[in-house]
Amino acid sequence: MQRDLAIDSSAHKLQPPAPPEPMRPPRSEIGLVGWLRHNLFSSWSNTLLTLVALYITWRLVDGVISWGIVNAVWSGDGGEACRVEGSGACWAFVKAKFGQFVYGRYPESERWRVDLVFVMALAGLVPLMVPRIPYKAWSAGYTFFIFPVIAFWLLVGGTPTAGAGLLDALGLALAVVGIACFALAGSTHTRVPPQTLRLAGGFCLAVAFPLVVRWLLSTSGLVVLPTVPTELWGGLLVTLVVASVGITGSFPVGIALALGRRSRMPFVRWASVAFIEFVRGVPLITVLFMASVMLPLFLPAGVTFDKLLRALFGVALFAGAYMAETIRGGLQAIPRGQFEAAEALGLSYAQRMGLIILPQALKLVIPGIVNSFVGLFKDTSLVLIIGLFDLLGIVQLNLTDAKWFANSTAITGYVFAGLVFWLFCFGMSRYSQMIERRLALGERR
Amino acid sequence: MAVTDVTERAVRRTTSPLDLLYRPEVRQVLFQVLLVVVLGALFWMIITNTMDNLRRQNIASGFGFWNTTAGFDISQTLIEYTNTSSYGRAFWVGFWNTVLVAAIGIVLATVVGFTMGVARLSRNWLIARLATVYIETIRNIPLLLQLFVWYFAVLKWLPPPRQSLELPGGAFLNLRGLYVPAPLPKPGFSAVLMAFAVGVIAAVAVAMWARRRQQLTGAQFPTALTALGLVVALPAATFTLAGAPLEFDYPQLRGFNFQGGIAIQPELIALVLGLVIYTGAFIAEIVRAGIQGVPKGQKEAALAIGLSPGQTLRLVVIPQAMRIIIPPLTSNYLNLTKNSSLAVAIAYPDLVSVFAGTVLNQTGQAVEVILITMLVYLGLSLVTSLFMNWFNARMALVER
Repeated sequence: MQRDLAIDSSAHKLQPPAPPEPMRPPRSEIGLVGWLRHNLFSSWSNTLLTLVALYITWRLVDGVISWGIVNAVWSGDGGEACRVEGSGACWAFVKAKFGQFVYGRYPESERWRVDLVFVMALAGLVPLMVPRIPYKAWSAGYTFFIFPVIAFWLLVGGTPTAGAGLLDALGLALAVVGIACFALAGSTHTRVPPQTLRLAGGFCLAVAFPLVVRWLLSTSGLVVLPTVPTELWGGLLVTLVVASVGITGSFPVGIALALGRRSRMPFVRWASVAFIEFVRGVPLITVLFMASVMLPLFLPAGVTFDKLLRALFGVALFAGAYMAETIRGGLQAIPRGQFEAAEALGLSYAQRMGLIILPQALKLVIPGIVNSFVGLFKDTSLVLIIGLFDLLGIVQLNLTDAKWFANSTAITGYVFAGLVFWLFCFGMSRYSQMIERRLALGERR
Repeated sequence: MAVTDVTERAVRRTTSPLDLLYRPEVRQVLFQVLLVVVLGALFWMIITNTMDNLRRQNIASGFGFWNTTAGFDISQTLIEYTNTSSYGRAFWVGFWNTVLVAAIGIVLATVVGFTMGVARLSRNWLIARLATVYIETIRNIPLLLQLFVWYFAVLKWLPPPRQSLELPGGAFLNLRGLYVPAPLPKPGFSAVLMAFAVGVIAAVAVAMWARRRQQLTGAQFPTALTALGLVVALPAATFTLAGAPLEFDYPQLRGFNFQGGIAIQPELIALVLGLVIYTGAFIAEIVRAGIQGVPKGQKEAALAIGLSPGQTLRLVVIPQAMRIIIPPLTSNYLNLTKNSSLAVAIAYPDLVSVFAGTVLNQTGQAVEVILITMLVYLGLSLVTSLFMNWFNARMALVER
């Protein structure tokens, strides 16, 4: 005891001994070796699996590289080069047919119009989709109102008619009235309140805009754009037109049906349920058949619809029913208190839904909505069954070209189309994951 | 008394005809009447227009065509059919072909999906990556494109009949399809089937008995082994005792093609391959989400009370994961069934291809044909979802 104490008393004057160096983990547990041991070779069965997987990976990578790059045929103006024994992908075929794959049979001299539409779409979508760019309301207005109108007349075109028609006159008159309203709203000499004037002016301009664009691009003859009937459209153009119209069309349809299904009015509810369940119970093909074969029978004699328009109609209704179920999931997840609080504030139905419920509900179901979009984008390929030439349809059509007959053209064409579809769908789902994380930031503490 | 007077007066004061419009009940009624009128007008317009158009185009209406001679051949018929059969018969041929594809597809897609879903969660990094690549590639490419790849690009590379690929068991694969030996049961074979039925019933009975005994006494019984013995060994023993009453009709090359055996046409192979690989990727994601949805504590608790890893998986994790998995799995089965209608693009004679394709073109009776086709799919969807709802109710959490 004494000795202990003595040591103790002297010890506190000494420097404490340096703590021993912590023992490093064994080399086999850390670094690359440790990672390999833990993730690939932890047991004999795991090792076996790893070896099998390695073999599959090697075969896949080797096959893709040697087929798609090393042995691929990159140039040539016919199938001969691709018929050589042992040659891989026939990229020359894709190169030669690239114009068709993108524009279909859209006349070559007019293809700049499609390019312009693509550029205009990008100009709207990029500011809308990149979170950091401000003025979202303006980009949304451009993308969902101004762009579609201009794109429609650019793609369709029209023959100038002698003299101004009634619609042209109406459009120009409304434009003048609208501008006048805004001018008056700025001045201080009117008795009408400026808000009313601005509202009226906005309404006039909104109606006038499509008419004026139609006059400018089609009937006035100021810009001569020959009519391109939709039978000539094809390739990626048709795929994107069907997908974007389907997506924008299915959204309002889906919201209306979802609200209808949760309505307190029995007839509204039954009608929505019947429509949703019917459409979801049948394959898209039968809906498209219906749109292409039965719709003409439903219309009065002499009224005909464009084939592409009929397909768009079918696709939008079909996607709308699926969208409705997705949105309903979101609506059901909103606590009852939100509905009641909105009612207690004295908001009208439109205000309750538009300002309180839907913003929360839609945010909840973003992954589901994007899933519907991805599904819709893939489903656009089905329009080839009713005789429209979307990207897949035009690839399929070009495979019958005798000039390019070779064993590898079919698979090359499909790989190209698949790559394009994959890029769009994968991009969409990745973008939605990004947005989901951004929107969840507020909830993370 | 006084209070009611005041409210009554207040109500009376506000009930001018225009004010009525602001009462929710009145609005609801008005809105619904409006909806019914608009929908009714729409339907009335559609019906009159259609009748008018049909009359002008001289297209017959009604279902008289059902018993008319079809006059076309179908490449795959599960029930008896010749080109002198009626359109109604052709409908049933198409119907059973659709059911065949859907049934095979659902079974195989479930197997592929569960395998890939588990593989994606594997602790083996390489296996998990491979499964991810499979899922992310396949899910983002249209099914129709995949069907085209299988049918026009892959299966067209198969050798002609004379250079057929010989598969083990006497099967042959070539450009014209897959030829497998057909079983030919001989007289004593019904005894084997009977033994099989007895084995299945006995296995179920044993399982029920063992379960009750375990609940009462805690004593366990090797149910799985016994069931295996009853279901496999019993029929096998009967088979040997009866002198192997089964022969096979092997496909043989005669001239330019194979004779005998069962011929599976390439269209069916391509369709099944496409549907299984496509739907399998979706099921894999559902399975992964289901397994990840089971709280980690459940697994740890199961291991802590001394269950083996196998028991933990079988008795704790999978039953809970199934609750999450079943509802979306159902909708994927329905999707597969509906997607089988893409058969029309590769000329497999399913319902849409035979009925909404050939029959529609020959009779021109679009309204009736499309309606029947849609009703069949609606019915199939309804039956599948009813069954899966029942199954789901059995699996669902029973709460107090």
